[in-house]
Amino acid sequence: ARSQSVLGRGLLSVLSRDHLEEEDWEEIEESLISADVGIEATQVIVERLRERVRILGTRTVAEVREQLIEELVEALEPGLDRSLKTASHEGRPAVVLVVGVNGAGKTTTCGKIGRVLIGDGGTVLFGAADTFRAAAADQIQTWGERVGAETVRGPEGGDPASVAFDAVKRGIDTGVDTVLIDTAGRLQNKVGLMDELGKVKRVVEKHGPVDETLLVLDATTGQNGLEQARVFTEVVDVTGVVLTKLDGTAKGGIVIAVQRKLGIPVKLVGLGEGPDDLAPFEPKAFVEALVDGDA
Amino acid sequence: MFDTLSDRLSGIFGKLRGKGKLTDADIDATAREIRLALLEADVALPVVKAFIASLRERARGAEVSQALNPAQQIIKIVNEELIQILGGEGRRLQFAKQPPTVIMLAGLQGSGKTTLAGKLSRWLKNQGHQPLLVACDLQRPNAVNQLQVLAQRAGVDVYAPQPGNGVGDPVQVARDSIEHAKRTAKDIVIVDTAGRLGIDAEMMQQAADIRAAVDPDEVIFVIDAMVGQDAVRTAEAFRDGVGITGVVLSKLDGDARGGAALSVRHVTGQPILFASTGEKLEDFDVFHPDRMAGRILDMGDLLTLIEQA
Ligand SMILES: Nc1nc2c(ncn2[C@@H]2O[C@H](COP(=O)(O)OP(=O)(O)OP(=O)(O)O)[C@@H](O)[C@H]2O)c(=O)[nH]1
Ligand SMILES: Nc1nc2c(ncn2[C@@H]2O[C@H](COP(=O)(O)OP(=O)(O)OP(=O)(O)O)[C@@H](O)[C@H]2O)c(=O)[nH]1
Ligand SMILES: [Mg+2]
Ligand SMILES: [Mg+2]
Repeated sequence: ARSQSVLGRGLLSVLSRDHLEEEDWEEIEESLISADVGIEATQVIVERLRERVRILGTRTVAEVREQLIEELVEALEPGLDRSLKTASHEGRPAVVLVVGVNGAGKTTTCGKIGRVLIGDGGTVLFGAADTFRAAAADQIQTWGERVGAETVRGPEGGDPASVAFDAVKRGIDTGVDTVLIDTAGRLQNKVGLMDELGKVKRVVEKHGPVDETLLVLDATTGQNGLEQARVFTEVVDVTGVVLTKLDGTAKGGIVIAVQRKLGIPVKLVGLGEGPDDLAPFEPKAFVEALVDGDA
Repeated sequence: MFDTLSDRLSGIFGKLRGKGKLTDADIDATAREIRLALLEADVALPVVKAFIASLRERARGAEVSQALNPAQQIIKIVNEELIQILGGEGRRLQFAKQPPTVIMLAGLQGSGKTTLAGKLSRWLKNQGHQPLLVACDLQRPNAVNQLQVLAQRAGVDVYAPQPGNGVGDPVQVARDSIEHAKRTAKDIVIVDTAGRLGIDAEMMQQAADIRAAVDPDEVIFVIDAMVGQDAVRTAEAFRDGVGITGVVLSKLDGDARGGAALSVRHVTGQPILFASTGEKLEDFDVFHPDRMAGRILDMGDLLTLIEQA
């Protein structure tokens, strides 16, 4: 573990100097790499920071830290709309499709989002379109019971697209506000499974466009996260990221590369396994946690 | 995004073949490229640093061979070092002298523990054992059902006296499972546990208590091959909090380079026993350090060429 906070060591040694040494820059770079920001994004961000420090004549590490935070926040495009489109349409619920690799936290996230929407006075229906993993439908159904949402499920091993279609149909019939469709985990290099996901979306869209396609990214994910975002977006046009498991020690820096390269904003963060452990994504708070190392 | 490591190294060395020793400048440039390649593969920074330091050492002493160009030669050294760290020949599961053998699984949420429990039970059953799966994740919604379904698919028995979803004491279930195994003539007990974070003191204590209750022959740390820089911290936490005797790398059927393998080996010193390579019960293999080394460096064919030289 990095026992010293980023710039912490620098702070002691550098405050007495009037310029930053090469080593200090290396330390800044390493702190970003250690947070899974990745080499390319790190190099771009640190280069911009150096330029800025040179122009502004920044002297203290505290100021550099502030400027680093500003650069990182900027990389996350703080002005973006991060709200979820969950409001129903005329005679038809909003449809949210939840996708991602295995074990990222999709089912849990569906449960948590359902909880928030119901807490706000909305009505929610879950579509158990993971017909593949052992007891996956039971798991989302348990979440449904927990938060007060009906769950539509199909036969085990059945066609996920038809479960998703039926779920939206049921949502239309019962007049719920939002249908959340939980899909099976799939690794983005599995062509057949990605095709299947594309089909789930197409079939659901017979009822009307999907309002939100959320990619669930595990904060512990390293550089593969960028590839996940790239391929899932290609297949189902991801509209937002949910960054889960941020309650652990992982920093989730890969979302910076995802934002920079693909322009997909993080909308929500997962902070635990409970129904209320979901929060809106706040770029500034996220970046501060990332830069400050172990809390 | 980047050229392959071998392309970049070849660029550095130009036409150096057969001209004595590598210069310090060559070695520096090489070390930089390899550092980048390892970081791109998600090997954790402290591990990369240690690795590069020992690589410099070896490269300094190396004579440029006639058969290989310097790029190939360095890659050969790197590859050998990686294989060595990844565990050379590997090792088999340890069995108890007095059955039942107890295997406990632990790891972060969603890492692949329950699936591995199913895979291990099927694999051991095919070798003539009578495994018993034990449902000690009483927390995650329907974790018990998931294990029951997997047990059925594997054709093995499951001990699940508690419904889970927040009901039942996992330590008690673990303790009782040993008696149950003896009563029902099972020679292997595989204990599935809830996912937990390394910083969750309460849950880590629970894992330690489960361990104390079953006195396992193996405590297997299951880690997702997609994990990035956090691998070191997490491995340290499980090493110190539960104690681990072996590692399984999961989701190796993906396209992550899997640098976590190196990080975990470095931190725990424990062998990587198996590779989990898919969602189906048969997607499971013993771990091959040489394949993993090639994968981390994204080397593929080049290594075959080098081996032939
Ligand atoms: N600590 C923590 N755990 C989480 C979070 N979100 C999900 N989990 C846990 O991660 C594990 C996997 O979550 P699931 O919701 O089942 O993930 P999934 O993506 O649906 O998994 P598959 O359907 O099997 O691909 C479970 O143990 C969850 O309780 C989070 O934000 N923090
Ligand atoms: N592609 C692939 N998927 C895997 C592999 N191992 C497990 N999975 C999938 O990953 C997801 C999580 O696996 P689980 O076995 O439920 O993980 P876990 O560690 O028991 O999760 P928790 O109990 O929630 O902490 C499921 O969708 C599994 O099917 C693997 O080797 N390859
Ligand atoms: Mg799920
Ligand atoms: Mg499990």
